[in-house]
Amino acid sequence: MPDDLRDLVIVGGGPAGLTAAVEAQRKGLRVTVLEREAQAGGAPRHCGHLGFGMLDMGRFWRGPRYAAALRDRAQGIDLRCGHAVTDLRAGGRVAVSGPQGPYELQGRRVLLAMGIRETPRSAQLIPGNRPFGILTTGALQRFVYLQGRLPCRNPVIIGTEIIGFSAILTLRHMGARPVLLLDEAQRVQSAPLIALGARLVFGVRALAGVTIEAISGEQVVEGVTYTHGGAQHSVACDGVIFSGRWLPEAFLARQHTIGVNPATQGPSVTADFRTSDPQIFAAGNVLRSVRNSGQCALEGRRVARVIAGDLGRGA
Amino acid sequence: MTAQTYDVAIIGAGVVGCAVFRELSLNGIACVLLERSADILDGASKGNSAILHTGFDAPPGSLEVRLMQAGRARYLADRARLGLPMLETDAVLVAWSQAEVAKLPAILDKAIRNGVTGAARLDLGALHRRVPQLSSDAMAALQVPGEHIIDPWSSPLAYVLQAMALGGVVVRQFAVAAARREGGVWHLSAGTRSVTARTVINCAGNYGDLVEALARPSPFRIRPRKGQFVVFDKTAARHVPTIILPVPTERTKGVVICPTIFGNVLVGPTAEDQDHRSDASVDRAALQSLMDQAARMVPVLAAEPVTATYAGLRPASERADYIIEAQVPDRWITVAGIRSTGLTAALGIAEHVRDLMADHFQPLARVDNPPWPVMPNLAEHLPRDHQRAGRGDLVCLCELVTRDEIAAALSGPLPAGNLGGIKRRTRALLGRCQGFNCLAAVCALAEGRLAEPPPMPEVRSAG
Repeated sequence: MPDDLRDLVIVGGGPAGLTAAVEAQRKGLRVTVLEREAQAGGAPRHCGHLGFGMLDMGRFWRGPRYAAALRDRAQGIDLRCGHAVTDLRAGGRVAVSGPQGPYELQGRRVLLAMGIRETPRSAQLIPGNRPFGILTTGALQRFVYLQGRLPCRNPVIIGTEIIGFSAILTLRHMGARPVLLLDEAQRVQSAPLIALGARLVFGVRALAGVTIEAISGEQVVEGVTYTHGGAQHSVACDGVIFSGRWLPEAFLARQHTIGVNPATQGPSVTADFRTSDPQIFAAGNVLRSVRNSGQCALEGRRVARVIAGDLGRGA
Repeated sequence: MTAQTYDVAIIGAGVVGCAVFRELSLNGIACVLLERSADILDGASKGNSAILHTGFDAPPGSLEVRLMQAGRARYLADRARLGLPMLETDAVLVAWSQAEVAKLPAILDKAIRNGVTGAARLDLGALHRRVPQLSSDAMAALQVPGEHIIDPWSSPLAYVLQAMALGGVVVRQFAVAAARREGGVWHLSAGTRSVTARTVINCAGNYGDLVEALARPSPFRIRPRKGQFVVFDKTAARHVPTIILPVPTERTKGVVICPTIFGNVLVGPTAEDQDHRSDASVDRAALQSLMDQAARMVPVLAAEPVTATYAGLRPASERADYIIEAQVPDRWITVAGIRSTGLTAALGIAEHVRDLMADHFQPLARVDNPPWPVMPNLAEHLPRDHQRAGRGDLVCLCELVTRDEIAAALSGPLPAGNLGGIKRRTRALLGRCQGFNCLAAVCALAEGRLAEPPPMPEVRSAG
């Protein structure tokens, strides 16, 4: 096999990508995983709460522990961290920016497993100023769990998906507490029990059906103005955390003819993870709004088996 | 703060102040550049459309059009030696109604009077070949060669670095609060610090009239004109190969769709007059309106994701033209009311100010063989640091910014003074995730290195 040829090139070293790599290699495929970050493991690396590994590993871990287990299982895989894919080209060719310069790999098959991120303030057209202290839960988690720092102490959290409540725990880990949860959706997005728990345990109220009128502050966030039930309110805070509104990290698919599905903002796939390009597959959270990491890992395993079958290694 | 009396103190390190600083330094004048913020380009110059204009639609005979064209010529002459990139896009000016079509002959006539002789009618077939995704509602168009896209931040930074290499001094976090002239010397103070200089040049942008009032009753008033912008993600760039201009109104150039040097697509600006000097807030209705207008002109943009929104504040005065004048007895030069054309005109303004200096205040002593600092490339169409062998880790994953680039932005003769300075020097944090991936990492790399650190709370020991 020529040096740049692989049976499978996997874009993204999170739960889906790493699990797919392990399974594909077990089936005898020659695999390379390209991960743009300095460390593989994906989003669980900065999710400090419990609940990871239940579906795919039969464990009940915090995110970083689970990410470490994913990496352990991937030992022996050609896993390239700090390698960013910049373009998907015809014929399974993948353009990579690597630490030793740009290069191409050719995959007989390519798996897109880039995962997901939160929709930032800008893309939600949220009005107001742009001082320091406006960030996503993902950024907050990285501050807290990767840097041991706190970007704000008493923020307003926007978004009441479960990740919004996870942000409460992240702040609490550092002795901080949000002042309020707000959501422009008509109802709180998580189970009522969770919202009730947030209120009873942490004293944080969640309000749905609000309209954010402005974020104020010049150097740092000073407050949020919103309307709720026809009345305008202002709340003082030192940050605004945008949580949830998950968006597939699908830039490469948008750039390619496979495109994205307007409903999911991720690439469209068949039931066995095939995109409209016969060489390109996609699995995990890049397909649509957030699923838990275990489901992504199981999808990674399934797509690896489909690809192995395609390449005559299905047994 | 220093015993030295400078030849010139320039107040305001926006693009105009930076260009003046450079031009005077190139002519042997000892300058200090004073900036109220922790970094340069932190006011009007942080939010513009980054177009290098030809001046085709500027008022004929105005100082503005003369300096735009002089500034553009100087930019084209000097940019390569400073390592400054340019996207040679040209522009199309599109009429979307019969009323707009009727205005095209006058625009063409104005372009020719302004010496932009290449401007010409573009038939609809050619227009759609140039911009295949343009809406079929376009009724007529002009082609304007020579309108180009530049890097709005590396350019003025290059001006400052060249001036510093010639001995110029930059003092940041120096908001001039008082100006007093004694014994033929200006004493400018900010809190307990002061700077002395024989001549003062007011390039204070949105604070121009307030700074002017330190020396004399200001004969003009600045009312910042806010322009909101929407930035689309890089996949939009393939649909916008050139600058798409509207037919201007009496008051503004209107909403432009253009590529950026960083590989995105920009739509804006709005034009909203306000009194506040620094309130660059965005509002949902204006942003939505920009997106709607963009989608009317280039329908496929409706499906493109938004990367960023921002607003710039243009220093507009009540006068139609730039205000550039020397108060000879006071040894004071006013440079005010430089609106959205300032990026284009800056080097021309600087030459004009240099000539005022020579005419009234101080002979020039042109420096032979000045040093030419070469800016690191941030343009998407040219090789970037992430493509260098041995580049190390990526920090910003959307814009592919390396750890070395962040380190470089935090060192050198003019290290970034705040997070905005890091963004403008590297593109970090400007991408589609808006810091989801790299905000914490950038803050960690910058810790202890910024004059104005991000205002994060102190961390008590985690418990």
